[in-house]
Amino acid sequence: MMGTPYCCSRRSRVVELIEVSATPIDTAALKRSLANPAAGGFCEFEGWVRNENEGHEVERLEYEAYAPLVIVEGEKVLAEAQERFPFLAARCVHRVGLLEIGECAVWIGVASKHRDEAFKACRFIIDEIKLRLPIWKKEHYANGDSGWVNCERCAGRGIADKIAD
Amino acid sequence: MKHITVRYFAVFREHAGTGEEALELEANTALDVFEATRSRHGSQEPNGHCKVAINDQMANWDSPVNDGDTVLLFPPVAGG
Repeated sequence: MMGTPYCCSRRSRVVELIEVSATPIDTAALKRSLANPAAGGFCEFEGWVRNENEGHEVERLEYEAYAPLVIVEGEKVLAEAQERFPFLAARCVHRVGLLEIGECAVWIGVASKHRDEAFKACRFIIDEIKLRLPIWKKEHYANGDSGWVNCERCAGRGIADKIAD
Repeated sequence: MKHITVRYFAVFREHAGTGEEALELEANTALDVFEATRSRHGSQEPNGHCKVAINDQMANWDSPVNDGDTVLLFPPVAGG
């Protein structure tokens, strides 16, 4: 979905928004968009590109997503989170394309009346996103090799353990 | 024989050398399509941690496929 600059969906009752972005995530603007006078708590999670994975020096990451189903499945995840931990508003943005070390790959923000819902919903959303959304990550290593995470390099290993990381 | 369009993503696209191909298959389920493409492209990935969609709707491995369907094969996901 590289080249797709922006894709999103909006649910009506509470604000639940999931997006795929090919450009850097403006976390400050996202946070401002969740400002709500009824909110007493706000929790955000950022997933960053790390320079190492399982002993391999990583130079950059490449994310690929199938945006139409990221939106559909992402909406379900946010709706499930809202049901379990009723919040006022939540948004999620996931990057696609080539990302450098330190860049924000995924951002989740939840505003709620009390802190407990914000913390729990934020955790639930990132955990479910990692398991369910059609998003893939290719690591580009310092030695010139590359590999899709959870695929080739898992051969002969417990893939379920790796997915649970 | 059914005319099935198969779409590949990430490592599956690299194995197949294409993002999409039209196949004539004796396939009743999504799993049949997966197995057919696996042998066609020499992939070792078991279906257990992969996902499948049919005509842009998430499906199960035992979901039926019909003539003219588009089957999307998703390797193990790794968002976040």
